[in-house]
Amino acid sequence: MVDKLFGKKMGMTRFFLEEGGSIPVTVLRVGPCVVIQKKTAEKEGYNALQLGFEEQKTGRVNKPLRGHFKAAGERCFKYLREVRVEDPASFELGQEIRSDLFQRGDVVHVTGTSKGRGFSGVVKRWGFGGGRKSHGSRSHRIPGSIGCSATPGRVQKGKKLPGQYGGQRVTVKNLKVVDVRPEMNVVLVKGAVPGSRNSLVEIRKA
Amino acid sequence: MNIIDTLEKEQMRLDIPDFRPGDTVKVHAKIREGEKERIQVFQGVVIRKRKGRLGATFTVRKVSYGIGVERIFPLHSPSIDKIEVVTRGKVRRARLYYLRNLRGKAARIKEKRY
Repeated sequence: MVDKLFGKKMGMTRFFLEEGGSIPVTVLRVGPCVVIQKKTAEKEGYNALQLGFEEQKTGRVNKPLRGHFKAAGERCFKYLREVRVEDPASFELGQEIRSDLFQRGDVVHVTGTSKGRGFSGVVKRWGFGGGRKSHGSRSHRIPGSIGCSATPGRVQKGKKLPGQYGGQRVTVKNLKVVDVRPEMNVVLVKGAVPGSRNSLVEIRKA
Repeated sequence: MNIIDTLEKEQMRLDIPDFRPGDTVKVHAKIREGEKERIQVFQGVVIRKRKGRLGATFTVRKVSYGIGVERIFPLHSPSIDKIEVVTRGKVRRARLYYLRNLRGKAARIKEKRY
């Protein structure tokens, strides 16, 4: 069985519960993912499936890649990603894997690329409090002291300092699946998911 | 159509009557007490309507035993049984926060005449 699929983050909204109250949900357009290639322990050294997600016009794909897609049918895809499976022989090339893999009430992990914030200071990147804004203060958003003096005579490894923030691969674990709409290829999960709208996400069973 | 719009449209309530700030409404809210469900009526003046598609809310103010009470209801919540418009008020602003500082006769709102 496949336990992971690829999708796109569509955005957030709310979901009203029957017993009253509402919860914040992220709408993910998941699948359908098509098996493009089967990788086996004998040939490639590990068992996996290569999945294609989001169909694309044939003309937008270069010729070498078009040949690669041809083995699994005439459809071309924008994204090619791998999923580890125990037994690739139980799948067929061109087989579609849909969002009904997930059910209401499942717990999933969602991985995506977080929004890039560039080179950020410590207030944004690490949540430092910063200094006073007024009363003659000249230290508004600076990190303050970063360590001791002659002993140890260096800055400790891992000290929280300014630097690149965001644009990394982030996993949010244990999100609850609130609803699944297989006819729309949509999965609703409770809470936020890394990345901007229309960014690629992986959704995996916990 | 956009997926989120479709999903929100499914949950939106189309049976909610049209009302505006200044109107007096009766909100029949479903209240759950353990197993039982009952309906509580909250009558007062709408002092604010917030937009926000599925997240739209409105605030109803009433004076109960001399104490001002305000309740914020999600417009599309299924826990609202129904909304009745009692009177249409004639007001000149969208947010009637000034009512909080007024009491008694001064806090009345003129009824709209057609």
